[in-house]
Amino acid sequence: MQSLFLQGPSVIFRTVILVIASIGLMTLDHRSGQMEIVRNTLSYVLYPLQYTIDLPIRLYHWTDETLSTHETLLSENSRLEDLYLENRVRLQKLDILEKENTRLRKLLRATPKIGEQVLIAEIINVDVDPYRQLTVINKGSNDKVYISQPIIDAQGVIGQTIHVSATSSTVMLITDASHALPVQIDRTSLRAVAFGTGKIDYLDLRHIPHNADIREGDTLITSGLGGRFPANYPVAVITSIERSPDEAFVTVTAEPLALLDRSREVLLVWHNQPQIKGDVDEP
Amino acid sequence: MNPNTRLSTLTIIAAFILSMMPLPDWAQAFRPDWVTLVLIYWVMALPANIGVTIAWCVGLMLDVSHGALLGQHALGLVLVIYVVHSQHQRLRVASLVQQAIVIFILLLMKQAIVLWVSGIMGHPPDSWLYFMSSLTGALFWPWIYIILRDLRRKFAHKSHY
Repeated sequence: MQSLFLQGPSVIFRTVILVIASIGLMTLDHRSGQMEIVRNTLSYVLYPLQYTIDLPIRLYHWTDETLSTHETLLSENSRLEDLYLENRVRLQKLDILEKENTRLRKLLRATPKIGEQVLIAEIINVDVDPYRQLTVINKGSNDKVYISQPIIDAQGVIGQTIHVSATSSTVMLITDASHALPVQIDRTSLRAVAFGTGKIDYLDLRHIPHNADIREGDTLITSGLGGRFPANYPVAVITSIERSPDEAFVTVTAEPLALLDRSREVLLVWHNQPQIKGDVDEP
Repeated sequence: MNPNTRLSTLTIIAAFILSMMPLPDWAQAFRPDWVTLVLIYWVMALPANIGVTIAWCVGLMLDVSHGALLGQHALGLVLVIYVVHSQHQRLRVASLVQQAIVIFILLLMKQAIVLWVSGIMGHPPDSWLYFMSSLTGALFWPWIYIILRDLRRKFAHKSHY
């Protein structure tokens, strides 16, 4: 039976309370990280939906793999074997270099570099917000993912986690308008900060003086300053430099190397965190 | 479970799925705010059961799904639903076109609130296409209204409207 009169406090009273609650929640969420608990609880409800949306795409990949012909598999196998061999040879050299590096660092009494650990995560195909560069991955605090953890793919840096729930995390791409990444130019070690623009295909380098040695085609790598990202991962390639005399700085744009909108598998990187050793796959 | 409650929960879940479904880049700006539209319908149909408190909870879910600040969409949704709730008797007797016009204004209001908070946070959207979603939402309204009304009449026959 439906009651004719509304019960409880009046609607306007409830609205005012909820508006105040929203503003309070926004302030708390912005200023402190305590609201992550609320977000994580709600993510539990949302995750099955995201999983359902991703399911057809997952199914497509699965059928694609299962139904591929013998020849395709064989050719792919031989291609991968070649690649493996190539990479092995490179790694051998790298091993020797790394040993030499540690030895030299010891001689200099510099702190040796701590190794990095990685874990493969898959991107869940859901649209988050068309005006922000965010994406969702299928690993969360169950896999010891933490907030502002760096994410890379085979080509370069993708972004960092901003919200972590038990089974999934939200990743902010380096091209988000509120993202800034400390980088340096590979060729000259010139340090800069790469700002996201909100567009998926370019980054902005701000505050570069006119006399800086910078060219089109230069590779940007992470500088490791700021402590969030490990050093020396490729980030972007400089695509255009505009030097106009009436501006205080040069306008430099760069194109990200990582396949920001095409990667399906990404790598979560743990660095400077030796205490979790053993729990995560070694690279 | 009350058939009305069940049906409204299911349609809101469906709206969430539609709002997260991957779309091509050009179409994303035109995606209507499904969750708000469906919720507006249910408040008009069942004002005694669905009101601002449920709208606030749904708004928080929207915030999580958009990776937005917690409370951003909730604030907009509560205000929109308050207006719909207080005017539901007038809205019910209006024609579909008149309803769509009111819904357009309400959706614009919600987007303006979300935009205002994004602006304070320092990452406002950079194109006027942002407001297109309200227009497509209003264009979709007659269909949403008719589909949901028929569903409700079919599965929840005990209602008065």
